[in-house]
Amino acid sequence: MVSPEGDIDMHRSPEFRNVLRGVNEKKPKRLIINLEKVGYMDSSGLATLVECMRTAKNNKTEMILCGMNDRVRAIFEIARLDQFFIIVPTVDDIAV
Amino acid sequence: MTQRPHIRVELLSNPIYLSGARELVGSVSRRLGFDDLQCSKIALAVDEALCNIIRHGYNRQPDKPIWISIWPDVTEPQPLGIRLVIEDEARQVDPSTLKGRALDDIRPGGLGVHIIREVMDEVTFAKRNGKGMRLTMVKHAPHTACTRKKPAQDAKGSP
Repeated sequence: MVSPEGDIDMHRSPEFRNVLRGVNEKKPKRLIINLEKVGYMDSSGLATLVECMRTAKNNKTEMILCGMNDRVRAIFEIARLDQFFIIVPTVDDIAV
Repeated sequence: MTQRPHIRVELLSNPIYLSGARELVGSVSRRLGFDDLQCSKIALAVDEALCNIIRHGYNRQPDKPIWISIWPDVTEPQPLGIRLVIEDEARQVDPSTLKGRALDDIRPGGLGVHIIREVMDEVTFAKRNGKGMRLTMVKHAPHTACTRKKPAQDAKGSP
């Protein structure tokens, strides 16, 4: 599970991208990204997650997003990407 | 817009300052009657505009100027709201080419203009005289804010 913290914007998304690339290199069966400690995300964060999702699909990794607040969820909805990702309310809602 | 802006900030084209710009715009929006989610979306639109300037206009050079000007929007008969103008000295482009990409083309990047147009009620890109671009954005406040005192008339100030 990856649990980023703080704002994910153009300044911080490169670091987030590197973390996710490192995880994807291990080709896990499942990748959970817990966003409950992310207060804000812009389109660079969204692009990082789209890139991660593409790699995960190629690796046959199941990628799940959880813990989004309303502000973070809003950008997924504005970009119509809320249907592209598997999104669940909290980490407790993920089936084992 | 010839009236002097109520707030005018100059920042450098360094992504480290994006959070400060968001805080400013979000705080002012809240004072103008927007709820927390709307404030966040307005700050997002400004963030996306700044990112586009830094990334495409200045090719990520971190020491170029960007100006953010803010007015309360009291244009009658429109309800209260916020007017933001973002200017730069970056390379000029034809404003008609600044369109969001198709959303069914799912790939990283290219969402900034779409987000700006989706969030704000009025969006205008224009070339500045000489060099650089000017982006004007207006967001009308929700109807519940219409009964509030107009900030422009609040000359003596109130808490």
